[in-house]
Amino acid sequence: MRKCKTDALDAVFAEIAKSSLLYIPTDTEKGAEYKKWSDGMKMSNALNTVRSPKDFFFPQTEDLMEFKVNGKEIEVIDTRSEKEDFVVFGVRACDVKSFEILDRVFLIDPCDSYYANRREHSTIVSVACTRPVETCFCQTFGIDAAAPEGDVSCWKTDSEVYFKANTPKGEALLAKLEGITVDADDKDVTAQQEKTREIMKKLPLAELSADKFGAGKTEEFFNAPEWDELSESCLGCGTCTFVCPTCQCYDIKDYNTGHGVIRFRCWDSCMYSDFTKMAHGNPRLTQKERFRQRFMHKLVYYPSNNDGLFSCVGCGRCLAKCPISMNIVKVMKTIGKSE
Amino acid sequence: MANIEETLIPKIGVITDVRIDTPDVKTFRVVTPDGKKAFDHKPGQCAMLSIPAVGEAMFSITSSPTNTEFMEFSIKKCDCVTEWLHQAEVGQQITIRGPYGNPFPVDDEFAGKDLLFVAGGIGLAPLRSVINYCRHYRDRYGKIDIVYGSRSKADLVDYNEIITEWVTDDGIDVHLTIDNAEEGWDGHVGFVPNYVKELGFDTNKTVIICGPPIMIKFTLEGLMTLGYEKTQVYTTMELRMKCGVGKCGRCNIGDKYVCKDGPVFRCDQLEELPDEY
Ligand SMILES: Cc1cc2nc3c(=O)[nH]c(=O)nc-3n(C[C@H](O)[C@H](O)[C@H](O)COP(=O)(O)OP(=O)(O)OC[C@H]3O[C@@H](n4cnc5c(N)ncnc54)[C@H](O)[C@@H]3O)c2cc1C
Ligand code: SF4
Ligand code: SF4
Ligand code: FES
Repeated sequence: MRKCKTDALDAVFAEIAKSSLLYIPTDTEKGAEYKKWSDGMKMSNALNTVRSPKDFFFPQTEDLMEFKVNGKEIEVIDTRSEKEDFVVFGVRACDVKSFEILDRVFLIDPCDSYYANRREHSTIVSVACTRPVETCFCQTFGIDAAAPEGDVSCWKTDSEVYFKANTPKGEALLAKLEGITVDADDKDVTAQQEKTREIMKKLPLAELSADKFGAGKTEEFFNAPEWDELSESCLGCGTCTFVCPTCQCYDIKDYNTGHGVIRFRCWDSCMYSDFTKMAHGNPRLTQKERFRQRFMHKLVYYPSNNDGLFSCVGCGRCLAKCPISMNIVKVMKTIGKSE
Repeated sequence: MANIEETLIPKIGVITDVRIDTPDVKTFRVVTPDGKKAFDHKPGQCAMLSIPAVGEAMFSITSSPTNTEFMEFSIKKCDCVTEWLHQAEVGQQITIRGPYGNPFPVDDEFAGKDLLFVAGGIGLAPLRSVINYCRHYRDRYGKIDIVYGSRSKADLVDYNEIITEWVTDDGIDVHLTIDNAEEGWDGHVGFVPNYVKELGFDTNKTVIICGPPIMIKFTLEGLMTLGYEKTQVYTTMELRMKCGVGKCGRCNIGDKYVCKDGPVFRCDQLEELPDEY
C-alpha cells in the first residue's frame, strides 16, 4: 500500500495526466459529473456522480461505421480507431462492479470491439465510500463499499490518500506515482473500513435481501399479481434505464450527413412502448410487461445467464431519479409477498 | 483495432436476381461483389440485410446451405427496409451480416426421421432452406410431408418450385391449401391447422412449423390432439432484433435471446419461456 497527503492529490492528477487522459468526478451545477481533468480541477466529495460511468465504455451515442453510397454501389468504411489510454479516478464500489456486469454482455463471443477497445485502454481507480446514504444498498449484492475493486483501490482519510494496486495495470499506474507517494501500512484504512461498515449496517436498506430472486426463478415471479399495482403509475420515461450503470440495451440507427451515412448506436430502453413493436403486433403491449421486463431481467434473467450475478449494484440512482418514486427496492420488497 | 473482426460491420452484397413470388413477397438472390456466397450457413439461420440510411432488418436465409453459389431471401413488404428492397433492381448493392441464430438440428435430431413441415404464408421462407437441405440429402431422412397454406393461390410463396420440383420427388407428399375457394384451384380449401388435423398424420414424425403466431398456436393444439408430444415439434420465432448477437437486449425473453439462443426452438423449450412472443 502507498499513500500521499491529501493536498498532494493535485500532483497525483498532474502526474497521471502526463501519460494518459484522466477523468475525475467534479462538482457542477447538475451535481457531480466525470470531467476530463485539467489543472486546478477539484475532485468532488459527493457520494456519487449523477450519470453512471458506463459512458466511458458504452457511450450514450457512438458511431459504428460509415457508408458511401454511389448509385447502386455501397462502400463500407470501418471508422473504428484505437482509443487513447485513459484513467477514471474516483469510481465507487457499486459502479466498479457494474463494469463486470457490462463485460459479461459485451465481451462474450462475438466480442463487441468498440466496448472492448475502451476497456483495454482504461485504468480504473476506485475510491472507498465513507458516508453511504439511505438510498445505498450495494451490500444487498455482496459489494463492500469500504473495499472497492478496480485496477487501483483508494481510500481518502482526513489528511491522506491511500492506494493499493489490484492488477498489473494498477501496478503500472502506481509505479508512475512513486515520486509522490510513500509506503504505508493499512492501519488507518482498516479503521476507516470498520467505521464505514458500521454505518452500512445502520442504513435503512441494510436488511434488504435479494436471496429469493436469482437464476431460474422466472416461474416464481413472472405472473406475480403485484406487477399490476407496481407498474400502474410508471410513465415509461426510461429515466431509470438511462441512469442505471448496468442497463445496456441499445438501438442501431443511420444518419445521413449529406456526404455519407453514419451508422451509430444509442442507448435504448425496454421501458419504451416501441422497444419490441413489430409488424404483426407487440409482445409487450402495456407498461406492465415492459416494467416487468426491466426488473425480471435484473433479478432473474441476467443471473440465469451469469452464474447468479444480479444485474443491479445497489447504486441507488433509480431511487433518486424516478419521477414517480418507483424503483427496484420497492419491486424487491413487494413482488412475491402475497405468497 | 481495425484488424479485430466486428460482427456489426457488414459485408457488401449484390442483388443478382429478383423473383416476384406473390403480390407482397419477392425473393432476392444475393452474392458478394466478386460473385461468391457471402458466408456459409445452416438451415434456419438468418442474416441482417440493410440499405444505408434506410435501415437494417433480419431475414431467414431461404436458400439451402447446399447451394454454394448464392443466398436467397424471400421478403414480405412491410415498411421501410422491406419496401425499399421491393423497389430494388438487379445490380443493387446492399449490406449483409451473419449468419445469426441456431439452426434446425438437421444432422442430429432430424436424421433418420419422418418429417412433417407445416407452413403458412411467408413462414415457408425459413422452412424452404430445411426442405431443400433434406431433399439434397434425401437418404438421410424418412418420408417427408409438407403442408403449406396461404390466403389465396397467388399468395403461395415459391409456388413454381413446389409444383415443378417438390411434388415430383419420390417420398415427398405436398399438401397445399388456400383459405377460400377460387377459380382455377382444385386443391384443398381451408385453414392450415384444420387441414393438418384432417390429414391426421402418424405420430412418429418430427414436425417443423412456421407461420403466423395464430397458425402455430392452433396447429400445435391440433397436433396434441393427434397424440404428438411437444418434444417432437420445432418452430422458429420472430421478435424485433437489432444486433443479432445477444447484446442489444431487444429480443430478450426470459433468460433467452431469440437472436442467438433461437430463432429455432423445440416447442417444449418454448413452453419454459414466459409468454411474451
Ligand atoms: C429471425 C427473423 C427472421 C425473419 N425472417 C423473415 C423472412 O424470411 N422474410 C420476411 O419477409 N421477414 C422476415 N422477418 C421479419 C422482418 O425482419 C421484418 O418484416 C422487417 O424487420 C420489417 O422491416 P421494415 O424496415 O420493412 O419495417 P420497419 O419500418 O422496420 O417496421 C415496419 C413494422 O415492422 C415492425 N418491425 C421492425 N422490426 C421487425 C421484426 N424484426 N420483425 C417483425 N416486425 C418488425 C416495426 O415495428 C413496424 O411496426 C424475420 C424476422 C426475424 C426476427
Ligand atoms: S437498478 Fe437502480 S440501484 Fe440498481 S444498479 Fe440500476 S440504477 Fe442502480
Ligand atoms: S420506473 Fe420510473 S424512471 Fe423508470 S420508466 Fe417508470 S417512471 Fe420512468
Ligand atoms: S437482437 Fe440484439 S439481443 Fe437479440
